[in-house]
Amino acid sequence: MGVELYLVISTIMLCAGIYGFLMRKNTLAMLISVELILNAADINFAVFNKFLFPNQLEGHFFTLFAIGIVAAETAIAIAIIINVYRNVQSLDVDKIDKMKH
Amino acid sequence: MDYSQFLYMKEEVSLIVVMAILFLYDLIASEKARKYFSVVACVLLGAHIIYNLIPTSTPGSAFGGMYYYTPMMTIIKSILTFGTLIVFMQADLWLKREDTKFKQGEFYFLILSTLLGMFFMIASGHFLMFFLGLEMASIPMSTLIAFDKYRHNSAEAGAKYILTAMFSSALLLFGLSFLYGACGTLYFEDIPALLTSGNYMQLAAFVFFIAGIGFKISIVPFHLWTADVYQGAPTPVTSYLSVISKGSAVFVLLTILMKVFAPMVTEWQNIIYGLIVITITIGNLFALRQKNMKRFLAFSSISQAGYILLGVIGGTAIGMASLVYYVLVYMVANLAIFGVISIIEQRTEKVSMDDYNGLYKTNPKLTFLTTLALFSLAGIPPFAGFFSKFFVFMAAFKSGFIVLVVIALLNTIISLYYYLLVVKAMYINKNDNPIEPIKTDCYTKISLTICLIGIIGLGITSIVYETITAFSYGM
Repeated sequence: MGVELYLVISTIMLCAGIYGFLMRKNTLAMLISVELILNAADINFAVFNKFLFPNQLEGHFFTLFAIGIVAAETAIAIAIIINVYRNVQSLDVDKIDKMKH
Repeated sequence: MDYSQFLYMKEEVSLIVVMAILFLYDLIASEKARKYFSVVACVLLGAHIIYNLIPTSTPGSAFGGMYYYTPMMTIIKSILTFGTLIVFMQADLWLKREDTKFKQGEFYFLILSTLLGMFFMIASGHFLMFFLGLEMASIPMSTLIAFDKYRHNSAEAGAKYILTAMFSSALLLFGLSFLYGACGTLYFEDIPALLTSGNYMQLAAFVFFIAGIGFKISIVPFHLWTADVYQGAPTPVTSYLSVISKGSAVFVLLTILMKVFAPMVTEWQNIIYGLIVITITIGNLFALRQKNMKRFLAFSSISQAGYILLGVIGGTAIGMASLVYYVLVYMVANLAIFGVISIIEQRTEKVSMDDYNGLYKTNPKLTFLTTLALFSLAGIPPFAGFFSKFFVFMAAFKSGFIVLVVIALLNTIISLYYYLLVVKAMYINKNDNPIEPIKTDCYTKISLTICLIGIIGLGITSIVYETITAFSYGM
């Protein structure tokens, strides 16, 4: 198993995440798509660290910090989405279109 | 551990003290004392500015190079804090409203925590620190945008902001992982030696990085959130978002381009070149058709971001000085307009451009101030905006981007048209029921006076620009 194989996986995750973010209409599904991209980045950090620079820990630490920050961000995002749900009774992005153009 | 390195972090430490005091005040103050919350917040922040006004003489770094200090940082941080103080003054009227009264402590605390995040972001010497600062600035920002949570617009804007913010920071993180794979380190000091021109992996990393930071500055392909969020957010938050948040992101972009991506200079100059052209043009063209004042200013701020990037593209010390000066001038002018919009919105709930018809008849002072601020944004000679535009154009011109400067100049003419459209609406257009005469409160008066002094004074007193130039060579 070389580093390339992991990179293929993380690139697939990146593309799936971007596709999902642009195509899904549900705000929670969009959130999950973003998580995919973030996890792809985390995998990249861990893999690069393990295979290319085995005698340091910078990538692993970055991954840990990134996971922590993303958890905080997701918590806030879900709170805001719940607040939107209270206002429009829907999670559909097509319903959040009061301000346009 | 060497505790003397905390001396480099004077600004951050004193800001944390201010935040702690405000937090405790929010917890223990009695009902009567809470009436003076805004006074306490403004005085504390003012004391913070005065305490940190004089730069410590030597550049240095703390925490093994994670945190970086140069005297220029003090200037930049002072400018940002000064803008925040004005936002505090303008927010007072909105915070006194019935449904936000009980949570004004949260507002001050959240704003200061975004400011702290920006400080760390500007002063970072490692991409981890930069990422932490960026997130610390953007997560509380989304809660601020959704602050009026029972109002539909505010909630909607908050959702739009947090989703796009997460998407852009995910792309940024992916880019950073590529940079780590290509270089094996993320320290700003070590990366330049490991970068080579024409390496595709590093180029991909750079493109992802620009996408992430471009969202913060609202450069054009990443600007789609701007207008909706600016319109939906409470007006003081919008003004904070349009100047402080944008300004800090531009500073950090320039420092990273100069320090980290210096070996890739031809590649990034090409990318920034294209971004400037479409940012200025599309921002201007969309600003022409706006009918809501806040949306109008959103597109105006997008095109202003293009002008700010003109200072970035050279990657020189002159560019840095002109950029800092531009942000300062842009800040006072924009805060003046937002101050006027904010008070009119609080008193009458009117934000449409048609409502501003005939404003001169009823509110001559506010109209005059708005006119001066719009002239400054458009870059009409006696005001500060002319000089700041002149300096960024000069910086780009000296670096050899003559065609770009011509394009930017042509766009200035378009921008003049839509800025004057607002002036025409206020002075000439007839209106049967104009906005009634508005009584400004003391805070708004003070903040607008400061902005007025800034708009007129910053242009004709050369000492400001000279001070900034003197420090920018220490970058």
